[in-house]
Amino acid sequence: MHTFKELKKLARNESESSTAPLRVALVGDTATQLLATALRGTAVTRGMALDLFEAEYNQVERQLMDPTSELHTFGADYIVIFQSTHKLAERHALLPAAQQECVADERVTFIDTVCRDPQLEGRRIICMNYPEIDDAVFGSYAGQVPSSLTSQVRRLNYRLMELSRERDNLFVCDLAALQNKLGRDMMFAPNIYVSTEMVLSLDALPWVASRVMDVIGALCGRFKKCLILDLDNTVWGGVIGDDGLEGIQLGHGLGIGKAFTEFQMWVKKLRQRGIIVCVASKNTESVAKEPFERHPDMVLHLDDIAVFQANWETKVDNIRTIQSILNIGFDSMVFLDDNPFERNMVREHIADITVPELPADPGNYLEYLYGLNLFETAAYSSADTDRTRQYQVEAQRVKLQRSFTSEGDFLQSLGMTSTVEGFTRFNTPRVAQLSQRSNQFNLRTVRYTEADITELAANPAVIDLSFTLQDKFGDNGLIAVVVMRRIDAGTLFIDTWLMSCRVLKRGMEDFTLNTIVERARQAGVKRIVGEYLPTAKNMMVEQHYPHLGFTPVAGAATAQYELLVDGYEPHLCHIQAKQP
Amino acid sequence: MERKEIYKQLEEIFCDVLDLDEVSLTDATCADDIEEWDSLSHIQLVVSIEKAFGIKFTSQEIMKWKNVGEMVDSLQAKNV
Repeated sequence: MHTFKELKKLARNESESSTAPLRVALVGDTATQLLATALRGTAVTRGMALDLFEAEYNQVERQLMDPTSELHTFGADYIVIFQSTHKLAERHALLPAAQQECVADERVTFIDTVCRDPQLEGRRIICMNYPEIDDAVFGSYAGQVPSSLTSQVRRLNYRLMELSRERDNLFVCDLAALQNKLGRDMMFAPNIYVSTEMVLSLDALPWVASRVMDVIGALCGRFKKCLILDLDNTVWGGVIGDDGLEGIQLGHGLGIGKAFTEFQMWVKKLRQRGIIVCVASKNTESVAKEPFERHPDMVLHLDDIAVFQANWETKVDNIRTIQSILNIGFDSMVFLDDNPFERNMVREHIADITVPELPADPGNYLEYLYGLNLFETAAYSSADTDRTRQYQVEAQRVKLQRSFTSEGDFLQSLGMTSTVEGFTRFNTPRVAQLSQRSNQFNLRTVRYTEADITELAANPAVIDLSFTLQDKFGDNGLIAVVVMRRIDAGTLFIDTWLMSCRVLKRGMEDFTLNTIVERARQAGVKRIVGEYLPTAKNMMVEQHYPHLGFTPVAGAATAQYELLVDGYEPHLCHIQAKQP
Repeated sequence: MERKEIYKQLEEIFCDVLDLDEVSLTDATCADDIEEWDSLSHIQLVVSIEKAFGIKFTSQEIMKWKNVGEMVDSLQAKNV
């Protein structure tokens, strides 16, 4: 973690970025200037450009409720609301006993009003929850007294959590969890509070800023998708090649084996959540797999591992192989290895990958990893849990492909089919998720929420298409999305074309274009216009339209391309359309 | 600790926190004399001094100092 002083220096060097800055508003009921500085500095450390609006001190209500306020005028994409437990406690103290019971609900109602304010539509509300202050008025009995401060703070945090499930524009930033980790005496400095109205200590600021930027990052598509594990002394204690199946340390009971078992349980939960778990180990493959197959105390099994690379190549080569199979950015990968030499080598050769500095004592692995909050996310769907299987299948495909000399023969042998549908109640969550997650194969990187997708589906001027892909190995699920808008009687504009990178090089682009042209023809449209908007991540599709036979639109300010519907010959591809 | 020695350490802390190449502090130096010393960097100074000397200031101390001399008085009163 950077120190506040470092963040302040970095904040001064905010540089011009090639990508559009994130517009963030910060509004709080205590002094937030230093938090704003910490946010700016943290954004720089993550290569994120930030355009930050700081509301005047203690204007939460006015700034949010008054449509003419500076906050409304600024038009932030993300609104960070930081209300303190201190101010809550103050309000609680001033109320007659009978009304103390309503303090939590009153705040929840306020946040709900903000979430439903039509003036703030399209903005994401990031609401800090409330670190507890144990005022010891009732001691441990406080829970039995609904009006106690402890009961009210806990109720408030719980109800905020519930509200965030109901309102798709509300995201809670879990300061209470952070205080659990760091301790109240670290989070809060009474002498600084008294002299400045700041409720966060200088030492806590970088942590708080980090948690806020985690949420904003996840919302704009920056999050970890994959965890790559070393094996010896990372997943179990000891060296399988030397110590043998009986000699490695694993399992409950006394001793360090417990630490590895609990570490595996954590990895398993991540896997179940949708994180792709892979192995990169310097070992003979059969030896490395033996504990997974035969050790009674292994929590992780081979079917939890999407790609298993155990050989005598370097970790760098193995991680690159994993990347080529998964087709996700290195910046969405985390590599865990107990060996500092291997960690440095990976960091040196693969710039964007995250390589945590695991503590020397395996007993400390988990608490250290918890503190990093590596796997922040802005969405979760049950389909996420199938992801590991899909990548295992992909690894099989890669094997099969090596046995064909011609790419066409290989593609033909896959027996691919695709279901093309508009956006429906059933596929909306997945479409929204793809829109949030896709960075590389994404022509314009327009992010849509579920509510947006529902609106698009109902809009008669929009042609909405979703594509699935199946083959003989399995079902990739919904992997591509197209949104087209009719901009005049004869022209369709491709507002969104995105695709999951795990189906690259299957001819899906050609199949998608054939579908697009067919729909355009049915709609009586003569011309299709596509646009490429560059981001830090979507270089792979820079030449997408020219490759597909579009020609540049002369005189356009951005990279726009057009295709005439008349005379279009459907591209050859090996994918059959399947009825929904 | 001698006042002179405390001053030497304080000058290092001021340079570090306020990003100054050099600074010369006297009993009479106050926030008006150093451009970078504002109410926000003051908090950073306080916390850095606390850490460097291993002490805690009271809230009253933090608010009442009018110049560096009084800061040094507070430090000396804590037997640094």
